[in-house]
Amino acid sequence: MRNVWVICRKELNSYFVSPVAYLLLTMFAIIFGFFFWNAVQYFNAASLQSQMSGQAMPMSVNEYVIRPLLSNISVVGLFFIPMISMRLFAEEKRMGTIELLATSPIHDVEIIIGKWLAALMLYGVMLLFSAVNFAFLFRYGNPDWKPLAIGYLGLLLQAGGLLAIGTFISTLTKNQIIAGAATFGVCLLLWVLEWPAGSDTATWAKVLAYMSVITHFDSFSKGVLDTKDAVFYISLIFVGLFLTSRSMESLRWRS
Amino acid sequence: MIKVQGLTKRYARTLAVDHISFEVTKGQIVGFLGPNGAGKTTTMRILTCFLPPSEGTATVAGFDVLEQPMEVKKRIGYLPETPPVYQEMEVQEYLTFVGRLKGMSGASLAKRVTEVAERCAVADVRAKLIGKLSKGYRQRVGLAQAIIHNPDVLILDEPTAGLDPKQIIETRDLIRSLAGDHTIILSTHILPEVEQTCEQVLIINKGKLVATDSVHNLQARARGAESVVLEVEGRSGVIDSQTIQHRLETVNGVSRVVLKDSRDNRSVFEVESLKDRFIRGDLARAIVESGWNLNELRPSAMSLEEVFLQLTGAEKTSDEKIDAPVPAETVAQGEIQ
Repeated sequence: MRNVWVICRKELNSYFVSPVAYLLLTMFAIIFGFFFWNAVQYFNAASLQSQMSGQAMPMSVNEYVIRPLLSNISVVGLFFIPMISMRLFAEEKRMGTIELLATSPIHDVEIIIGKWLAALMLYGVMLLFSAVNFAFLFRYGNPDWKPLAIGYLGLLLQAGGLLAIGTFISTLTKNQIIAGAATFGVCLLLWVLEWPAGSDTATWAKVLAYMSVITHFDSFSKGVLDTKDAVFYISLIFVGLFLTSRSMESLRWRS
Repeated sequence: MIKVQGLTKRYARTLAVDHISFEVTKGQIVGFLGPNGAGKTTTMRILTCFLPPSEGTATVAGFDVLEQPMEVKKRIGYLPETPPVYQEMEVQEYLTFVGRLKGMSGASLAKRVTEVAERCAVADVRAKLIGKLSKGYRQRVGLAQAIIHNPDVLILDEPTAGLDPKQIIETRDLIRSLAGDHTIILSTHILPEVEQTCEQVLIINKGKLVATDSVHNLQARARGAESVVLEVEGRSGVIDSQTIQHRLETVNGVSRVVLKDSRDNRSVFEVESLKDRFIRGDLARAIVESGWNLNELRPSAMSLEEVFLQLTGAEKTSDEKIDAPVPAETVAQGEIQ
């Protein structure tokens, strides 16, 4: 456990001494700020309309602002995750520092979890920037905080799964760009798998949709903690980290 | 301290290390000598548990590299060919990180970081980013990280590669000063480096151990007799190099004189002595007494190439000669007990 923290701290440190973390945070803050402004505009317009038409429509901040915004983050996250995970192992391999880690009295699993945890923490910091926007809703409106908390939990679980896959891909190459591009491809694929289910109700479409990371976020964005979806993300994390450990071991046998 | 038996490493198509066996006792500095691609790095990577062997066993301080890698890793400090440094870290920060990796913490770690930084002469750049340091400093930071946890065994892969002459001397001094507390294996393809730093030599070629010997014996075996290069100049006008050659051949103890170069009134010869004869004084006197100038007289350095050719035979017969039995006497002295 101590070793995991040693690695994790070092990774966080290298995110924040390089421009990577600041670039990601700034981009996310701008993009999410835009989404937020847009959602609030829409909400205002809709509530004005419902007042003018005379029929009091039920207007919920949770339903009309928070939920679509959480879904937005889950999709936008797909674009940010490769940038977070791509350097984890590719950089160590390129600089030869993997030899230091691999010849230190520390288990592969500790290295892998430490790195993955640092990536997840950076993603968590990124989510904090969205929380700043949400704080305004609580200041001027009266939304329920529980669905938002569950939504954030879902975002972290989803990112955990994708980051685990990204970590695995990062062990396969010395080149960060290749690792990033491949992870991005996988992330996109895991997103669009749900599309056929929109027009087709056949079993294969359902299976594909089940494999999509976005499908499983629906319940979280509604504020519902569904075990089935949580288990999906947790399994994804385990699969990703397991593949990473196998890949690291094969690195020793092949290199 | 280190015991290697029948160690073999196969990659997909190539045999990188072929059944090598050796032993190193505590406190020794052993040079691992061989041309590029001979299998030095592979052997070192196996000893540090970075690569698993295909066959054979290797133990460090009594622990097997396959069975108890954690125990081995605790006792080994390793400097790979390129120092494993993080460019974005400061020196002190990096050494602290490595110390933590090796299981140290708190005040004892802070104290140790200061100690090794001073010992490896990087104390003056402690607060600098490693990415901004020169190659020599980086190498020394690499050395500092290898000794931070005071390991029993130090494994250094070409520790002086890419350094300037002054840095090479400093690094060698540093390595020598580390002996005694640590058992050191260092690899190199530079012969003088082995002569200056090591007590024992392991010569490896094409994955096979060609010779295990002490530095002294190796030199004697390679050289056999003294060999000097000298440049002679006529004092008045052009002289005949033939005449000089004849004069040199008559000097006591000379076995062979070869004319290397002749230009204007200067001639360069390579002179070999008979076994165990010292001829430099007599040569100098003979030349001066003949009325010529002696411009230069130096022992001809034996290049690694030549040592190799002598130890492994010429290129075309190398495969047979590698297995040729080493003279019994030198083995007895050379075997590292």
